[in-house]
Amino acid sequence: MSTTVVERWAEQPLLRYVTESSARLVVVMTPAGQVLAQHGFARAVDLMAASALGAAIMAASGALAEQIGERTFGALFHAGGRHGIHLASCATPRGTLIVLTVFGKETSIGLVELFYEEFAVALRRAAPAEQLREPVLAADFEADLNRSLSTLFHQR
Amino acid sequence: MSDELGRALDRISRVRGMRGSMWVSAEDGLPVAQLLMEGVPGKAVAALAASLVRKVSGTAGAVGAGRVRFVQMEASGGTLLVALAPPDLLVVALADSRVNIGLARLEMMRAAQAASR
Repeated sequence: MSTTVVERWAEQPLLRYVTESSARLVVVMTPAGQVLAQHGFARAVDLMAASALGAAIMAASGALAEQIGERTFGALFHAGGRHGIHLASCATPRGTLIVLTVFGKETSIGLVELFYEEFAVALRRAAPAEQLREPVLAADFEADLNRSLSTLFHQR
Repeated sequence: MSDELGRALDRISRVRGMRGSMWVSAEDGLPVAQLLMEGVPGKAVAALAASLVRKVSGTAGAVGAGRVRFVQMEASGGTLLVALAPPDLLVVALADSRVNIGLARLEMMRAAQAASR
């Protein structure tokens, strides 16, 4: 299983998290769905779909939390028949990040939660301060996306 | 049901040397009910105890030893005890070196049997 990163600082925390939690798939992304690091994805199209859906779920659940007077949900957990999904956000100097974890029967939600907490702390420590960004233009968006995918999948 | 679980933890925690006891969801590794001394990391103990039971059960199956009923892990700083309460629960206890293992095991097995009924 391969681990690839767009931003180098995320690599060591991610490798450790994957090893300890025995997660099958992990995506670290921004709330806009921009992928910073991933583990386990073989195809760009799967990663794009997972990150877009993960970001959308977090946005939708955040809006729902606001409706009932909560600031946000801490984490979301979906128990499937063969796989579980853990989705959580953490505040870092790089801005808020979303982590999507998919795991199988070889581990448990208890272990994933336990090691996610350590992962979130490691991300906070490793992340550089957020740089002032230019507004995202439609013209740049596709080029940025292609550049990220090329980095993550070594231009496959 | 939650009253019964709480009473069982209370009985287990009366055994001398106990630092805490908890009911844990076997599949998820999450605490269901707990009675812990301050400083005992409940979430970590639950997750790691469930993981340990899975691995021990796998080993027992591989060597043809049958179903695991009780796990005892002694370390320099204390002892971890786990009784299986099929199909869903584990009784987990954390004790220091003064613990009467026999008495703790008896209480834990009694609780596990009651929960399995």
